[in-house]
Amino acid sequence: MSKALVIYLMCGPETPALAEAAVEGGADLVELGFPFSDPLADGPVIRRAAERALAQGMRTRACLDCLAETRGRVDAPLVPMTYSSLLEAYGWERFADDARAAGAASLIVADLPAGARPELRRVHLVAPTSTDERLRLAGEQTDGWLYLVTVTGTTGTRSGPSAALAGLATRARSAAPGVPLYAGFGISTPEDARASAELTDGVVVGSRALEAAEQGPDALRDYVASLRSALDAL
Amino acid sequence: MPELYGAYGGRYVPETLIPALDELTAAWEEALADERFRAELDELGRTYAGRPTPLTRADRFAPAKRLYLKREDLLHTGAHKLNNALGQAVLARRLGKRRIVAETGAGQHGVATATVCARFGLECIVYMGEEDMRRQRPNVERMGLLGAEVRPVDFGTRTLKEATSEAIRDWITNVETTHYLIGSCVGPAPYPAIVRELQAVIGREARAQLLEAEGRLPEAVLACVGGGSNAIGMFAGFLDDAEVELVGVEAAGAASLGTGRTGVLHGSRSSVLADEDGQIADAHSISAGLDYPGVGPEHASLRDSGRARYVGTTDDEALDAFRRLTRTEGIIPALEPAHALARVGDLDAELVLVCLSGRGDKDLAEVLARGE
Repeated sequence: MSKALVIYLMCGPETPALAEAAVEGGADLVELGFPFSDPLADGPVIRRAAERALAQGMRTRACLDCLAETRGRVDAPLVPMTYSSLLEAYGWERFADDARAAGAASLIVADLPAGARPELRRVHLVAPTSTDERLRLAGEQTDGWLYLVTVTGTTGTRSGPSAALAGLATRARSAAPGVPLYAGFGISTPEDARASAELTDGVVVGSRALEAAEQGPDALRDYVASLRSALDAL
Repeated sequence: MPELYGAYGGRYVPETLIPALDELTAAWEEALADERFRAELDELGRTYAGRPTPLTRADRFAPAKRLYLKREDLLHTGAHKLNNALGQAVLARRLGKRRIVAETGAGQHGVATATVCARFGLECIVYMGEEDMRRQRPNVERMGLLGAEVRPVDFGTRTLKEATSEAIRDWITNVETTHYLIGSCVGPAPYPAIVRELQAVIGREARAQLLEAEGRLPEAVLACVGGGSNAIGMFAGFLDDAEVELVGVEAAGAASLGTGRTGVLHGSRSSVLADEDGQIADAHSISAGLDYPGVGPEHASLRDSGRARYVGTTDDEALDAFRRLTRTEGIIPALEPAHALARVGDLDAELVLVCLSGRGDKDLAEVLARGE
């Protein structure tokens, strides 16, 4: 079965065109970052992208419009990824409703772990530190797939493959049978992507995709295509 | 399971930290039930920190009142922060963690943390905003002397908010070896409860001391509120005394309780300075220790219930109180408690207790730069 490729982009004026390029390059799903001023789970690349997006006025309403416009350009599922503070301010249910109405397939809230607000359907993250009990809970509550955080750390490029992923993938398989597992955090090269996808059902690429996106849609399309070929060679 | 203060508190953190917070909760509950933990803290308080701290009458500062100051400025390292740092260092040792990370604003918590790490032989990393490093140079130098590594935070507001975010990111990355020694009653559960309990010694002592001095309870108790740890520790001694008025004093430019809205910052739901989209706003205060857009969740709950009320003091009013206490009592306060001192004259109450949470040496450059 073909491995899933998830690409993360920050909401901004260029995002619909960038998302189209990512899908043309072979992305199966696009995460759209709704920027937050204090993103605890993110390393410097995504934090700086959030600062720039906020300076461009990408507040919640503008991000929902960006989501709807992107929805009009690509068929791949779109998943907003953000932080609790935005939902608290906008209204938790209203945010979920309006995101769905704008074309979101699901939602990721980086600082809302499994167990909290179970009524809010979303994709859960699990980490190498997660206990088997928490893997089970996340597997039961997650919306479609589980996001495996490959390292104990924040988002961003690291050198070499994650030593923790194999153990986490094995434990997640038995705790959440049948739930697709996508690995993310620190995956940047086609080699990283292939190594992580060998252990899972797909990969998420964020920080490095944002760097490629800064060079424009063509550079992003080429970069995504290089990841796609690495996954398709498996 | 994570405790809530009314609608506030909780654990709004990435999944990576949840098992560490569970582990911390279990270790804390075990420590509380262990008489040896309490005995060790009491011993350290007495022989190392300088507890109990005295209560001082301040007649010349407030001639129309019977004003008492709880002298946390006389504690080792010069502020109440040591109460919490000592307790958490003992807890970290129980957890088997040898690496400590902390954030600091005014530098008082950083110094307290560097001090206990030196005392217990622990590795110490302190995150501090570049703007605060400029404002609080002596404390940066003290931390270095004590063997801590001070890591400058050079983005965003370059103050306590960003330093806290970076400390939490470090903890996420090194959670298996590291204890995050948070400096105030903020953050994800169980931190607000741990810090409150470790600071509650202020209120316990002050209540007994004032009863001994006056034969009655104070009519009003004041404390400054940034994150709110000296205030919650002081208030804890009087929460059950319904007749005692509790007043928290915020910096007017950083009034998370006075002008904030419900939001999520640094792991808990509380009253925060944020815009209508939930983006955290910048706080502005002459006092680096109050320059924070969030506040402990228990304070938000005390505000809503009406058990405590929260008022603001401007930079100029705080500077005036700073100079007046220095000249009338021979006590140089930190700028943070100077905010509380500035509100004493407004009260109807006659018998008043103020938490003098720290001493002002660290603030001399900032005050002198503002002219006489």
